[in-house]
Amino acid sequence: MTTLDMSTTPLREVNVTLQEAAKSQSNSAYEITNPRGSHAVAVGLDGPLSVTIKGSTGYYCAGMNKSATVRVEGSTGPGVAENMMSGEVVIEGDASQYAGATGHGGLLNIKGNASSRCGISMKGIDIVVHGNIGHMSAFMAQKGNLVVLGDAGDALGDSLYEARLFVRGSVKSLGADCIEKEMRPEHIEILKDLLAKAGADAKPEEFKRYGSARKLYNFNIDHADEY
Amino acid sequence: MDKTPQTDPRQSWTFSNSVNSEIRRAAATGIYDIRGGGAKRRVPHFDDLLFLGASMSRYPLEGYREKCDTSVTLGTRFAKKPIELKIPITIAGMSFGALSGHAKEALGRGATMAGTSTTTGDGGMTEEERGHSEKLVYQYLPSRYGMNPDDLRRADAIEIVVGQGAKPGGGGMLLGQKITERVAGMRDLPVGIDQRSACRHPDWTGPDDLEIKILEIREITGWEKPIYIKIGGARPYYDTALAVKAGADVVVLDGMQGGTAATQDVFIEHVGQPTLACIRPAVQALQDLGMHREVQLVVSGGMRSGADVAKALALGADAVAIGTAALIALGDNDPKWEAEYQALGTTTGAYDDWHEGRDPAGITTQDPELMKRLDPTAAGRRLRNYLNVMTLECQTIARACGHNHVHNLEPEDLCALTMEAAAMAQVPLAGTNWYPGKPGF
Ligand SMILES: Cc1cc2nc3c(=O)[nH]c(=O)nc-3n(C[C@H](O)[C@H](O)[C@H](O)COP(=O)(O)O)c2cc1C
Repeated sequence: MTTLDMSTTPLREVNVTLQEAAKSQSNSAYEITNPRGSHAVAVGLDGPLSVTIKGSTGYYCAGMNKSATVRVEGSTGPGVAENMMSGEVVIEGDASQYAGATGHGGLLNIKGNASSRCGISMKGIDIVVHGNIGHMSAFMAQKGNLVVLGDAGDALGDSLYEARLFVRGSVKSLGADCIEKEMRPEHIEILKDLLAKAGADAKPEEFKRYGSARKLYNFNIDHADEY
Repeated sequence: MDKTPQTDPRQSWTFSNSVNSEIRRAAATGIYDIRGGGAKRRVPHFDDLLFLGASMSRYPLEGYREKCDTSVTLGTRFAKKPIELKIPITIAGMSFGALSGHAKEALGRGATMAGTSTTTGDGGMTEEERGHSEKLVYQYLPSRYGMNPDDLRRADAIEIVVGQGAKPGGGGMLLGQKITERVAGMRDLPVGIDQRSACRHPDWTGPDDLEIKILEIREITGWEKPIYIKIGGARPYYDTALAVKAGADVVVLDGMQGGTAATQDVFIEHVGQPTLACIRPAVQALQDLGMHREVQLVVSGGMRSGADVAKALALGADAVAIGTAALIALGDNDPKWEAEYQALGTTTGAYDDWHEGRDPAGITTQDPELMKRLDPTAAGRRLRNYLNVMTLECQTIARACGHNHVHNLEPEDLCALTMEAAAMAQVPLAGTNWYPGKPGF
């Protein structure tokens, strides 16, 4: 385990060190202390690496992550794990807006709550939120799975494409073209697997599934009020 | 008996045949008109400016002897690897999906031969364009289709798209006909659906956030690549100032004549300011911040000739970008397809239903048969020739004004033919030493 102390090590040096370690395929472990809300910590990692951040981060922590595992022992600012490709990002605390935005793959595991627009434009990432999520979550979400153990805010899944949304608690309101859908055996399987991976104490049967009604996929004047 | 004289049937200017045809189309379909291209109405433009040339007070340079440099470096502010171009004309971002793979390849070939850069667009980076473009700018758009760190690192520069002149405040649009398996795969979307790209970025709002977003991108790419911010011609003074504040290396400013692959006609014709009106406020913002030439300004929207390029540079731009003109050089709207344009209910020069994917010239299509009509090698050569001509024209003018680098062109080399152009370009009306708004008058 190598420790990088952000009270004495500049961001550039922290990221270069982590990026090079990831690239070298060394599968080593790093610990970052005193992040003090810094932005863009542990971004652009490409390779197997384990990073533990001891504290809270600012914007875009673990942005564009590939293969690495980043664990934040605190809360994260906006856009954590944005555009993640693969690997895993775990947040012990809460996540601010746009968590997992446009993510293509990997698992974003938020132990606390996530704010608004969680999973916006997601493109294949899996997101598990152990607490609640805010309004406009999964807006224009294209692909992947969003699992919420708590409640969802207003306009969940607005203008949704093919992403699957699973919510255990209440949903304040559904966005345009988002509807509740039947939970079929294959969905139970997907959910079971994700809950296990995220270490979540919940049963798949307790969730409801939401998805796209696919009515806005091609323009139809009779649906113009929905936009 | 003599017939009572009658006045000729009189068409209304307000309700012209063209206006009425749009009303009938709207009434029949219930949907706004969607089309490609830029504003078609006449707005004050570079044609309304003239160069003064050399005279008693200015010495010209010898046309075939004395050097007139055209090179330009973009991204000198923060990037470790700025982009060096031989000519001040770049190829604007045009989406794969809107354009065929062959068209993208042709743009790459032509630009590379001419010593300049091409730009990706909505929908991600293709092998065709990366492979054939020596210098490729990778667009970072609200949709983030196909966005990934590998392509980010393979790019020579990164362009964060905030707006486009054809539709400042609007997102992208690619209709179902063009969403083939390849296009859909790159965008992580089902085949055949209408696809509306977002108009706002998903993970930042406002210049303070953007500054942090730029930090993230630089950290991911090792501070190597120039970062451009592309804005539509909306509020050029403030938008430029805020782009500089957010940390841009280069500002790309696109006026209302700028083309688009597909947008509502009402948006194209009624939102945004003419290119000519945008340049001086943007340059003023750079000057006020002490950043003129430090942060480079690339202007686009209706660039057609070396004269247009020279005029944009004289008003303070560092380079220009071309979209529509590049497509025409490749073969778009060529009279040789007139019979087919007629069959589509249009005519050469007016064809703009690029979103329908039935382009006779094989450029704005994903149809494998139509795509074959464009030979990327020959089309690339045409684009190279055209870029060379524009450059020669620009040099001709610069020499005539006595400059040994095209960047030495200045507003004092110009006069305006109309009051509007004089006001927008802040150069004197021809024959006077006055322009509307000139201080002290
Ligand atoms: C077919 C086509 C596709 C375009 N696609 C994009 C795009 O994906 N992203 C973007 O920022 N601008 C796009 N544009 C706008 C151009 O980048 C550029 O701003 C404009 O074409 C410049 O004006 P001009 O066409 O008059 O040269 C597109 C333009 C055209 C004609």
